[in-house]
Amino acid sequence: MNSISKSSNNGLGVVPSWWRRLLQFFQQLFSRPVSGFGTAITLVFLIVALISPLIAPYGANEIIVADARQPPSNEHWFGTDNLGRDVYSRVLLGSREVLVLAGFGTLFAVLFGTLFGLMTGYQGGWFDEITMRIFDSLLAIPALLLALLLLGTIANSKYSVLLVIVVIYTPIVARVVRSVVLAVKPQGFIETARLGGESRTRILLREILPSVIPTLSVESALRFSYAIFLVASLGFLGVGVQPPSPNWGLMVKEARAYVTLIPWALFFPAAAISLVVIGVNLMADGVKRLMSPDQID
Amino acid sequence: MAYRQGNDWLQAVRDVSFHINAGETYGLVGESGSGKTTLVLAVLRYLGSKGSIISGDIYLGDQSMRALDDQELRQMWGKQVALVPQNPQSSLNPSIRVGEQVAEIFRYQNKLSEPDAKLQTLEWFQKVRLPDPERVATSYPHQISGGMQQRVLIAMALSISPSLLVLDEPTTNLDVTIQAVILDLIDELISEQNMAVLYVTHNLGVISRYCDRVGVMYASELVEEAHPKELFSEPLHPYTQGLLDSIPQFGETKDRIRLQPILGQIPAIGQGPSGCIFRPRCPVAIEVCTNRPSLFPAGGNRLSRCHRWQEIALDDISVQQTPPSIERQQKGMAEGRSQTLELENVSISFPLQRSLNDFLRGKPRKGVQAVNKVDLVIPSGTTLGLVGESGSGKTTIARSIMGLQSIRAGVIKLHKVSIPDQLSRRDLETLRQLQIVFQNPQEALNPHLTVGETLRRPFIRLLGLPRSEADAKVIDLLEAVHLTAAYANRYPGELSGGEIQRVALARGIASRPDLLILDEPISSLDVSVQAAILNLVNELQRDIQNSILFISHNLAVIGYLADQIAVIYVGTLMEIARQSDLFQPPHHPYTEALISAIPQIDPQTSHLPIHLDGEMPDPVNIPTGCPFHTRCPRFIGEICANTAPRWQIDPRTEKRIFCHIPLEDLLSSQAQSTSDGTGLE
Repeated sequence: MNSISKSSNNGLGVVPSWWRRLLQFFQQLFSRPVSGFGTAITLVFLIVALISPLIAPYGANEIIVADARQPPSNEHWFGTDNLGRDVYSRVLLGSREVLVLAGFGTLFAVLFGTLFGLMTGYQGGWFDEITMRIFDSLLAIPALLLALLLLGTIANSKYSVLLVIVVIYTPIVARVVRSVVLAVKPQGFIETARLGGESRTRILLREILPSVIPTLSVESALRFSYAIFLVASLGFLGVGVQPPSPNWGLMVKEARAYVTLIPWALFFPAAAISLVVIGVNLMADGVKRLMSPDQID
Repeated sequence: MAYRQGNDWLQAVRDVSFHINAGETYGLVGESGSGKTTLVLAVLRYLGSKGSIISGDIYLGDQSMRALDDQELRQMWGKQVALVPQNPQSSLNPSIRVGEQVAEIFRYQNKLSEPDAKLQTLEWFQKVRLPDPERVATSYPHQISGGMQQRVLIAMALSISPSLLVLDEPTTNLDVTIQAVILDLIDELISEQNMAVLYVTHNLGVISRYCDRVGVMYASELVEEAHPKELFSEPLHPYTQGLLDSIPQFGETKDRIRLQPILGQIPAIGQGPSGCIFRPRCPVAIEVCTNRPSLFPAGGNRLSRCHRWQEIALDDISVQQTPPSIERQQKGMAEGRSQTLELENVSISFPLQRSLNDFLRGKPRKGVQAVNKVDLVIPSGTTLGLVGESGSGKTTIARSIMGLQSIRAGVIKLHKVSIPDQLSRRDLETLRQLQIVFQNPQEALNPHLTVGETLRRPFIRLLGLPRSEADAKVIDLLEAVHLTAAYANRYPGELSGGEIQRVALARGIASRPDLLILDEPISSLDVSVQAAILNLVNELQRDIQNSILFISHNLAVIGYLADQIAVIYVGTLMEIARQSDLFQPPHHPYTEALISAIPQIDPQTSHLPIHLDGEMPDPVNIPTGCPFHTRCPRFIGEICANTAPRWQIDPRTEKRIFCHIPLEDLLSSQAQSTSDGTGLE
């Protein structure tokens, strides 16, 4: 179990930069085949999302009427759909939509969740009680139901999906962060900092946050994989995103009617969803092993 | 009964041989990392899958234990070998009633019927003098105190009449007054049965009082074996000598004797030097020590693993470095000294939860009384030692001074000015003047910040220095606590316990506080490291002339370090004395018991400890009158139970005692029992 604490023990007596630590972290992720596999998949999808406009042979909504309903071939690697759109290009371009929405949703949820978690955990008292009860009531509603409810009341757009992810995942992240804060708060070094006249902000950010980071990174990776699933699910249900968007969920929904005729139009976006969710999950598992080795069996 | 063991893969225990005769108690003493726990597990054949006995064998009678298979091993565990473990809490199953856990032994081992097993259990509970055995038998482990849990485990261990009993630090987690009672109980019970006892501990005093022979372990090896009297009066191994020199004895004070720490630290398992394992830390190491010494027979029944034992025995070489003389300006309680801190009539209670019913009716919260009307004065530049057992409220007092615990009544004065009890209402200057070093070094430093990052904060925040100047000060500070500048870049996880405590001390003195509180600063450290920290505390105080409030349960350490000593019992002060007077009668009866309960290494003083009956009172229900009357061996009647005593002041020594018994009576009876060499019994 080489935990990250080793990174600082590099024998040079120099504090390693964040960049070096990050590299080392990935190295350790790749040292286990399973988490390495997951991390590789995740990275591939992220890179594809970044450069998809450059490598996609066709536009997302470019209709080639003559080539409609073609099986996979040299011309169209993943075949074409009912309208004659290139499935390969749509899957590539769709990655951007799914990963960007899920990614930013997770990012904001983690930011807000950390903020709330730090403040409620450290402050305690009425502020903690009220905030956490509101979060509890949000958590009590199943995620998908809450999403449908919210999307039904606000504008039905991509940005609403982003908002939904933030609303659903912020309470979860806040809870996790709060529990770590509660464990760290009574420790001697926090009291020493208070007795040293440190401001609350400094104590939260410099003294407590570093202890939260390991748990937080595991939680972020997990939230990301759930967010991808949620974006795809909402696409499949037809809320939030509208045709002709290449959202994978939406593509699955559209191809469903023709599944016996052109199964490839359904298979490839569905496979993409599964693959990226599995990849992120395996990576999250690896992160967890690295961050808290003692908690695994 | 013979026992022999050879190399282990990681050499957790190397080449250790000893034997214990029936009816004999063999003490095994060593610091953490010396391999004594591994040895115990090996003796029990309980090493698990990760450990293995590489060479050698263990014999119980004629039976080789290495040859036993699992089935036979279980037989042996149940019938011939028993263990009293260090932590009774984790050794009892929390979800089974205590009586049931003991009765199980009789049912399975002795094949008794259920009612018979129950009777046997109660009988054993009586033998270990558990009060109200029937109630204890139907309790769950968490419902009885640590001392009672340990009694239960002793009953379990002895009930099978083992031929080998292993005691693994059986009283380390208990308070001294409880420890004395438990140890005497064990001693009495094992003398009734003819068994071999292996007693493992780090406490030299305990060893000297209860063992017939002692083996000293250091870094996986047995370095010396002898009768305790010989061992402690005339050690033949430099390590043993070092251990003895690093512990303050009763009556030793910082003005007269400087403790001798053993330099360096114990090597990690498998990383010891070639040759003599103690060589890097040994003050008398010479050329020949690069060869590994064997256990030389050193006359009588003694063994020493030192090439130079003969020279040590003849006093040709002195392992004891001559303690450097200490110049120290005389400080009495002389007037003219200003008072750094005063507590006047301070009471602290922890509020209990109200029931909803009480809340709606507007009833006030009830509280647990933690500290009751405490008056303390710390003159500037002096050290006040606050000594008490767990639950006595000593840490609570420290927290209230620091502003971490609000007080219910009373006044806290810093330099004669009353300061608010809440941290948020104190200004930076007040914070600068008060600093604390917490008990647990593991959580005293933020594991995610380097030592330098931690240490420069007080300079920046409390003294208002710019960053560059603060960093320069950090280097000075590290040197002041005898660490090098390189430590500034290390994380706490890379430091040893002693080094962490040095850094914590450095952080405490960084702002040059007028009062530094040290809350059990050495109780989690190994003996050889403790001395170095105590010396450092002294040195720093000489340099910056601050006052210190030193909190500890260890009377010998307090007696060594403090100028004035206050003894506290369940939140009430019992006695306040100058260092030089504390160990002289008259004593408060509680202090008297406390002093007698601490096992002494010195073979000359072999007085019997005074046994305090019963347990510490429940803080929710503190006895009326004198809080100590429920356990007081000098209880004089009604008045103790009903009326709170007044402070009596000894005119000669200014010693203050919170007791109804007139000082003259205390003096005469205590002087008598001291000269008899016996306690009260």
